[in-house]
Amino acid sequence: MTDLSSTSLPDENMTTGRSLFQLAFIRFRRNTAAMAGCVMMLLIALFSYIGPLFSPHAYDQVFSSYVTIPPSLEARPDESALRGAIEGVAGRAKVKLDSFEVSGRSFTATISADAPIDPRATRYFDRANEFRDTKVVTAENEGRILKVAGQLNREYFPFGTDPNGRDLLARVMLGGQISIAVGVLASLVSLGIGVVYGATSGYLGGRVDNIMMRLVEILYSLPFVFLVVVLVVFFGRSFILIFLVIGAVEWLDMARIVRGQTLALKRREFVGAAQALGLSDWQIIRRHIIPNTIGPVIVFVTVVVPKVILLESFLSFLGLGVQAPLTSWGALISEGANNIQSAPWLLIFPSIFFVATLFSLNFIGDGLRDALDPRDR
Amino acid sequence: MIAFVLRRLGSAVPTLFIVVTISFFLMRFAPGGPFNLERPLPPATMENLMRTYQLDQPLWRQYITYLSNAVTGDFGPSYIYKDNTVAELIGKGLPYSIELGFYALLLALVGGVTMGTIAALRQNSVLDFSIMSLATVGTTIPNFVVGPVLTLIFAIMLSLLPAGGWGDGSLSFLILPMIALALPQLAVFARLTRGSMIEALHADHIRTARAYGLPARVVVVTHAMRGAMLPVVSYLAPCAAALMTGSAVVETIFTIPGVGRYFVLGALNRDYTLVMGTVVLIAIFVIVFNLVVDILYGLLDPRVRHD
Amino acid sequence: MTDNKQTILAVRDLKVDFTTPDGTVNAVKGIDLDIRTGETLAVVGESGSGKSQTMMAIMGLLAKNGGVRGSATYRGQELVGLAPDQLNKVRGAKVTMIFQEPMTSLDPLYKIGRQIAEPILYHRGGSRAEARARVLELLELVGIPEPERRIDSYPHELSGGQRQRVMIAMALANEPDILIADEPTTALDVTIQAQILALLRSLQRRFGMAIVLITHDLGIVRHFAERVVVMRRGELVEQGATQEIFERPQSDYTKMLLAAEPHGRKAPPPETAPVILEGRNVVVDFQIGGGLFSGGKRYFRGVDGVTLRLHEGQTIGVVGESGSGKSTLGRALLRLIHSEGIYRFGSTDISRLDRKQMRPLRKEMQLVFQDPYGSLSPRQTVGEVITEGLMVHEPGLSRADRDRRAMAALEEVGLDPAARNRYPHEFSGGQRQRIAIARAIILKPRVVILDEPTSALDRSVQGQVIDLLRTLQQSHKLSYIFISHDLSVVRAISDYLVVMKDGKIVEQGDTQDIFDAPQDAYTKALIGAAFSI
Repeated sequence: MTDLSSTSLPDENMTTGRSLFQLAFIRFRRNTAAMAGCVMMLLIALFSYIGPLFSPHAYDQVFSSYVTIPPSLEARPDESALRGAIEGVAGRAKVKLDSFEVSGRSFTATISADAPIDPRATRYFDRANEFRDTKVVTAENEGRILKVAGQLNREYFPFGTDPNGRDLLARVMLGGQISIAVGVLASLVSLGIGVVYGATSGYLGGRVDNIMMRLVEILYSLPFVFLVVVLVVFFGRSFILIFLVIGAVEWLDMARIVRGQTLALKRREFVGAAQALGLSDWQIIRRHIIPNTIGPVIVFVTVVVPKVILLESFLSFLGLGVQAPLTSWGALISEGANNIQSAPWLLIFPSIFFVATLFSLNFIGDGLRDALDPRDR
Repeated sequence: MIAFVLRRLGSAVPTLFIVVTISFFLMRFAPGGPFNLERPLPPATMENLMRTYQLDQPLWRQYITYLSNAVTGDFGPSYIYKDNTVAELIGKGLPYSIELGFYALLLALVGGVTMGTIAALRQNSVLDFSIMSLATVGTTIPNFVVGPVLTLIFAIMLSLLPAGGWGDGSLSFLILPMIALALPQLAVFARLTRGSMIEALHADHIRTARAYGLPARVVVVTHAMRGAMLPVVSYLAPCAAALMTGSAVVETIFTIPGVGRYFVLGALNRDYTLVMGTVVLIAIFVIVFNLVVDILYGLLDPRVRHD
Repeated sequence: MTDNKQTILAVRDLKVDFTTPDGTVNAVKGIDLDIRTGETLAVVGESGSGKSQTMMAIMGLLAKNGGVRGSATYRGQELVGLAPDQLNKVRGAKVTMIFQEPMTSLDPLYKIGRQIAEPILYHRGGSRAEARARVLELLELVGIPEPERRIDSYPHELSGGQRQRVMIAMALANEPDILIADEPTTALDVTIQAQILALLRSLQRRFGMAIVLITHDLGIVRHFAERVVVMRRGELVEQGATQEIFERPQSDYTKMLLAAEPHGRKAPPPETAPVILEGRNVVVDFQIGGGLFSGGKRYFRGVDGVTLRLHEGQTIGVVGESGSGKSTLGRALLRLIHSEGIYRFGSTDISRLDRKQMRPLRKEMQLVFQDPYGSLSPRQTVGEVITEGLMVHEPGLSRADRDRRAMAALEEVGLDPAARNRYPHEFSGGQRQRIAIARAIILKPRVVILDEPTSALDRSVQGQVIDLLRTLQQSHKLSYIFISHDLSVVRAISDYLVVMKDGKIVEQGDTQDIFDAPQDAYTKALIGAAFSI
């Protein structure tokens, strides 16, 4: 690394240098917190987007028998509930239950009666919600004792369920998909508008700059929430419109940052040199201005993404977010906040993912800033 | 100085005008109206209501009427709180919002600056890391999570503080909403202070002060702090305006009768006049606090001249 | 000969290391140094020699990532590793320091009176009123006009020279034993430089403190210091009495440094050489203040009716202090900024050409900037930087052709052609300036305007760059306008001299004639200041 700052002439063997981006990448990789943030973010994204493929439940699947049940790694229903159920079945079938064993998703039971049992008694089992495919395995004592085995209708709800009986795990995954997508897309929208607007305003300067920036100032003094609320009310509540709306509000900061960068770059000597070489305005913007604004812009995007996710959650809290059965982390959190006493897990699980995401993004952002601007911090 | 203040207030008029105009038309072009309820009103009643509130007139005339009334301080009647004018509603709610917002601002400023300074002085230490993590938590957890969690812990589980309401306005009622309101801003102040303090400590004139044997306390407090406060002061304006005009979330969670709720309620119900009233209120707060902060800035930094 | 003088500060095997993300940097690699009562010691070295860091380490002012080992004893007291409150009794009282940047060394938020009074109050105690009286006395002493009024000024209300005087007043306040001056005049104009050095010398005579002068400028050293220490890459190369070092340098490095003083003269072009670039009555106004909604535009006249004729093969040196309009004139002649006047390139009138019409002519007239760090886009490879002009002016060239031209140009400026695949930040200042020159000459221009091309470079590198410019001038039959504040460089490279002040030409003529017998009072002051410090 130290050879980069040495004054010796470039080595003949080393014919390609490291660009600033490559150097920044090397510095970034050495930043443990930022790399941890990246890994975390990747895991959360995988969880949200790939997770549903492995989840047995759809996000809108309603389990009316499991409404608002707390999270547990045990299968539902648990053994004692099953025992109660099978005793009920035995009662209805008028047989005696001698033994009952559960292993995973299957069970075996021994039933007996004074008279030989009709093998069709298994229907009594299948009639209950909990059991299915019950078969007689062996019949002993001329059919007075039957060993039956079958499958259990057991469900796993590691995150519990919500008041509508939907699997919270599946909903958190969906919420992640929507929150991350809104965050990224809205940031891209604000990036697009902001960079074009800021660079144009900054590079053209003078009167155009004055008017364009006055417009930004006025938009700034409009209460920010008002704009979002009115736009959401105006455009409706579809997913696409929500990130468009947020992006359309968030571009102001981006425009300011890009304009500031452009103004500073315009005074740099390499832009002067390009003018002296006879490059046109557009060539200068494309070859010199934009590549050099990328650093601060990337850093700013990592700040905007969590901000947008927060804003979306705020809209959801107000009831202006995506519509059920779709959901986002913000909507889940606000639901959880409403049920905080009766069902705290509804708040805890989405909050963990939400906060972990924002934390990771923060560390990534800090790491990027340090890597792209390697002054002593 | 007086000329500066007057000039600034003068330039606020066109800004206010444009804000009012944009909000007015944006609001009106949105679909729906204040009386489009779930169960439609009988046409006669509807017509009647429209006439009472002059909503049957052409838009431009409504706009002129609104502007000319607004200049005299008449912001019209509220459509959802039918017995009140907008001015009355705001007049009633504002003192609560301001009081709560002021305490929250104080907490955020003092807490944030203290934490930020400590973090900067112990840069890259465990203390720095913990403070900054805390600040990150503060900015990342939305206040509609912080609010209920605080209520759950302090009001329900520990029964130390009331869960909501204004009560007699004593401190015990204020503490929880104040914290919920202040936390994100406190985090911003802490980050801002840390950043500018680190930069200030690297300044050449700090090196001079150290080279002249001034005690560390003097170097930090007199020389570094004052310079580092400049960006903090700049942030004070938007922050104070945001806090003192009330927060819809916090006021809803803690059932505080402030003005923050009106804003969202008004927007959701197309209560045109109520929304316009709150928009004007917020714009005025932003303008006034910006002016106050600019004056403060001039006092702190002799390079800035207001003449 | 200085044996009767007592050593007051003894530095032994001092090492300074910086821990950076890219590894440990040994800035000072174990040096020994003595400072004796009342002497003037110059510590000379180029950038990166560790001369400043040595003093910073002694004063306990290293950046957080810096570590110091070894010993520095002031009158028997060890300073390295001393507790801050103990160290604070020495620094600011017994050992004081002034810095290179008078703009930023003072706290912008406090009045200068208060800032000078602070160290007095902390080290001597006493009342504020007494301190104020002492400050007035000091301001008088360092030659600040109207001290009664100036004591309540803020730093930004003073000029650069005045600020440096304020720093000196602060340094003298507690009558120190040692005053360390870290490049005290580098950021100042030549005439101000001379005044500040004269002030330091007279104050030293009066108070008898030792002065440690850290500088890269050998001209200052020769006239100012009694003893010289030469440093290079963190090591002490040579030390001895000034005269000795200048007359009989021992180490190769010192010899090289001394030889690096720009030398040589340029002969004027033949009388018959045609005029290649001409500007008549050049006027440039800058708008200051006045926005969209606030009326009242005001103008500042940067260049005020200057006429200049550049002949083929000629080098015109344009000298002046900061704000004299010399750089603005250069850009106006290239038609890069809006300006009035009549301009001709060869036989073409270019006064009325717009940007687009100027474009084909840009190939013929090139510009090289002062700051080799700022003039190369950090995101382009060197190859991209130098071939950019070819893409505009010779769009027919293939990639391979451009590459070949780039290699040739790099070779011509003395760089490895492999450099074209690397990025500017991987090169030193001198190498970058070579890249900037390659970018200009690859177009085979006829006129090159050089705007302070050597000012950001170390002396030894300056000489090489000037040699390169000379060679290129001959091989490409170039005409130069060489803008600089550095008279010794201008004397070496130009055959015609233009002296500017406040946007106007105060004197012009043959370089040698002006240096031998300056006519204008300002020129005299300028030359006097530069060569008799």
